[in-house]
This record gives sequence, C-alpha cells and structure tokens, in this order.
Amino acid sequence: MTGSAIFLQQIINGVSLGAVYALLALGFTLVYGILELINFAHFSVFMVGAFVALVVLEAFGLQGQSVVMHGAPLVLVLLVALVVTMVASGALGVAIERYTLRPMRNVKGPMAMITTIGVSYILFNLVLLATNAQAINFPDPMPQASYHVGGVVIRLKEILIWIVSAVLMIGLNLFVKRTKLGKAMRAVAQDAEAARMMGVDVDNVVMIAFFAGSALAGAAGMIFGLYYNFAQYSIGYTAGLRAFTAAVLGGIGNVPGAMLGGIVIGLIETLGSQYIAARWADVIIFSILIGTLVFRPAGLLGMLAPNRS
Amino acid sequence: MREDAPLLEFDAVHTHYGDLHVLKGVDYTMSSTDIIVLLGGNASGKSTTMKTIMGTVTPTAGEVRYRGDIINRLSTAERVKRGIAPVLEARRLFPRMTVFENLEMGAYTQKRGAEFDADLERVYELFPRVKERRTQLAGTLSGGEQQMVAIGRALMARPRLICMDEPSMGLSPRFVEIVFGIIQTINRQGVAIFMVEQNANMALQIADRGYVLQTGQVVLSGPAAALAANPAIREAYLGELQVEA
Repeated sequence: MTGSAIFLQQIINGVSLGAVYALLALGFTLVYGILELINFAHFSVFMVGAFVALVVLEAFGLQGQSVVMHGAPLVLVLLVALVVTMVASGALGVAIERYTLRPMRNVKGPMAMITTIGVSYILFNLVLLATNAQAINFPDPMPQASYHVGGVVIRLKEILIWIVSAVLMIGLNLFVKRTKLGKAMRAVAQDAEAARMMGVDVDNVVMIAFFAGSALAGAAGMIFGLYYNFAQYSIGYTAGLRAFTAAVLGGIGNVPGAMLGGIVIGLIETLGSQYIAARWADVIIFSILIGTLVFRPAGLLGMLAPNRS
Repeated sequence: MREDAPLLEFDAVHTHYGDLHVLKGVDYTMSSTDIIVLLGGNASGKSTTMKTIMGTVTPTAGEVRYRGDIINRLSTAERVKRGIAPVLEARRLFPRMTVFENLEMGAYTQKRGAEFDADLERVYELFPRVKERRTQLAGTLSGGEQQMVAIGRALMARPRLICMDEPSMGLSPRFVEIVFGIIQTINRQGVAIFMVEQNANMALQIADRGYVLQTGQVVLSGPAAALAANPAIREAYLGELQVEA
C-alpha cells in the first residue's frame, strides 16, 4: 500500500469506529442535556446490547462465521436483530432510570452519578458471570465482499455500518428537531421548570431520552460485535470512555456535537495507531478529554446562545 | 364545573415548604373578566400564590377552585389544558429554540390544527414584532421582545386565565407601557388576568381589583382605585412618603 492509500484506509476505519462512538455518545449527551447527569450505566447498556444482538442472531441459527447469508434474507435477519436489540436496550435504559435514578432525582450532589456507576458494575458482573468472563464469538453472516477503490479496501460490512449509523443519527436529529416530543425534550433541557409550566410531562421526557439513548447504545453494541466479531463483558469500558470523550469534545448536551465528536475520536484512534503507536491511542484520546475540559469546556459545538436571559 | 361559579377562588389556602408556613389561609376570588393584581413585598407569598395556581405547589389546607371545580391536586398539564396559562417571572423563554418553537411549546397541550393556526394569527396580529422574529432564537431577542413572546406563548394555550409573574420586570419604561396596554387588550378579548407586579402604580391603573399580601396573609383587598388611593398603599408600594399636613 502506498502512503496515501494507508492514510485513506485509516480514514475509512476511523469513520466506522467513529460511528460506533457517535451512536454511544448520543446517549450520554441526551441524558446530560436533560438531567445534567453523566450516566455511567450507559457503558453497560452498550455491552448488554451487543449480547442481545448476539443471542438474537444465534437464535436465527447463525454461529460465528459459519453461515453466510445474502440479499433479502440477510437484510431481514440483521434488521430484526437490530430492532430487537434497540428495543431491549431501550427498555433496559428506561428501567435503570425508573427504578434507580428517579428516586434520586431531587437529591443534590453526585449521588445519582454514583448510582449509575453502581448499576454499571452490576450489569458488568452479571454478564461476566454468565459468560465465564470469556470473549464470545459474534455471528457474522455477511459475505466477505469488499471493494477496491484506488488502493483502498472498503468492506461490505463497513458500508452497512455507515448506512445504519447515518439513518439512526439522521432519525434522531429529525426526532429532536421536528417532532412535538423532540421539541419538548429540547425545552426540558433548556428550562425544565418552564417546560413543566407549558404542560410538558417532564418524567415522560426523561424516560424518552433514556429510551432513545439506550436504544442507540444497543445499536452501537450490535455494530461493534459485527465489526470486531466478538462480544465480551468488558467492551463497554473502553468504548464507553472514548464515547464519553467524544460527547465532551463535541459539547456535552449537544446532539450534532456528539456525532462530530464520535467521528473525530474514531479518526484519532485509527490515525494515531497508524502513525504514532496503538498503545498511545488512549493517551491521546484522554489528553483530548482533559484538554477540552480545561481549555474549551463547552466543546467544539458548545452552546453559544445564552443559557437564560 | 358550574357556569355561575367564579373563575378562580382561593378558599383559606395554606401552603408549606417543609416546616415553613408560607400562605396562611388566603382567600382570593376573581371572575372571568377580571384583571387582578397581587401586591406584596419580598417573601410575602406572591410567588407561592402563582405556583399554587399553576399546580407546582400543593395546598396543605383549604381549597383552590377553578370554574367551581376543586383543583388542589390537578397536574400542571391538566390546568394548562383547562385554560390556565403562565407568563413566568423573567420570561423564561427557551433560549435556544426559535420564537416560533417557543409559541409551539405554549400550545403543547393543544391539538395541532385550525385552532393552532388561528391562535398563531392572533398572536402575530397582537405582536407584529414577534412575527418578524419568528425564525430567530428566542435568546437573541431584547427583553421587551422576549416579554411579547412570553405573553404570546401563554395565549397559544387558548387560556381563560393568564397568570403573570412580574410582567414589567426588567423592561424599559416604553416597553412597560406597551406590555400593560397589551394586557388590557388581551383582557378585553375575554382572558382574565391574575398578576403579581412590583410596579403597583401601573398595575393598579389597569386592574379591576387588588390584593395586598403580607407574610402569607391578605391584609388588604378591594377595587384597584380604592387601593391606589389608600395612604398605606401609597406609602408602601407607590413610593410616596406621607407628609403630615
């Protein structure tokens, strides 16, 4: 491979990885925007999502890389798995909010955040026990087709990942921008008390935010599994921390910012691994986290309009 | 609901924040054509009164009745649906939403349709400036413009009663006059107004009746003109020192 081809190849890998981080970062940002809460349980929802997808795909008789599907059946199986994964992850997020966070809603201080860490550990350890701490081979029914464009290899899998991520992100954007519930969500994020006075059911809006964020985390989990061909109890931590960095980098609470941040972090990870060293990727990423917090806490696309006037 | 019942009544209403006794048995009553002004100093219970009307504070004793129904425990959303809309203190627009989206939020409990369009038209007619600014982010508007949007937002709920918390606060004298003119216009169109206002002078000029609240109790009430003429009121709220003649 020539130098420029390697560069382009890493861009492509970075965008795929960035899509996962972006989907995951959206959940952090949605919840933070409304409750000013950093939801560390989100890490584990992502990981559980990967396992839900794994179970659904295996229920279709897919084991590892042994079965390859094509055309409509493939699309149908993946779509069913995606929908089931998103609904299950969304429901998990809603349950976490309803039973562990809502009782803490009016408690001041870091109690709610600490609760999310606790919930994260519970899920982490449940999956650890259920899987004997093993990495599980993730079904991969996709044909190993790939396209060579100017020395760069683009796998079919990657194209699918891009399409699904783009559809989900555009869908979320439209939901937040255009629908009545989406507007209520933005209103609650900007001034919950005023939104309540307009007749908005704030509890309901919080629930929707958890559902949407967790469903996207589930989708990210499934994409992660398909991309790397494995799922493990520990995948939430690395991906979750990087996605959290992405949300902060983009401007926490800012939906387009989370998407941008995700892609940027994905690119930094792959380009950094290529040109510096893979073991430095985390150092670079978390330096960015600290740098953002110190020098530009509002993030790349931070809120420029006044908060209240 | 009784047709002949007053629009809003407070009957010996008490409220508490924990151990703190705020409203101590207050009575208010107003008809569907009234402009009522509530005067009072700091910590007199004015804001708590507004919150009790909107349902974010629940009385610990007494009854709040709206069109004859006891609404003590009714949710805020249900109150808005039944026609009680707020203009909040310091306006509290959604700063990163457009003016139009803010108006939409005002109509949150309403169905989208012909009525929404008619309400929007009415707001735009009342406030041509709001129409001009409809695609702008609300946070970028001047204080006076924001107050117009805040009143427009309340009107989008098709209210019978608008509760206004300090509508003139932070506005230039010119805008204060405009806002009070608009309040009268809205009232003539059939919306009752219950307002808390520091600017007692202006408020008593347009109000039908007033109440004076002191540490959670109504100490004085009556027709606005009588209150405006009352020496104690003049001294306390109209900035006039009484000089013995």
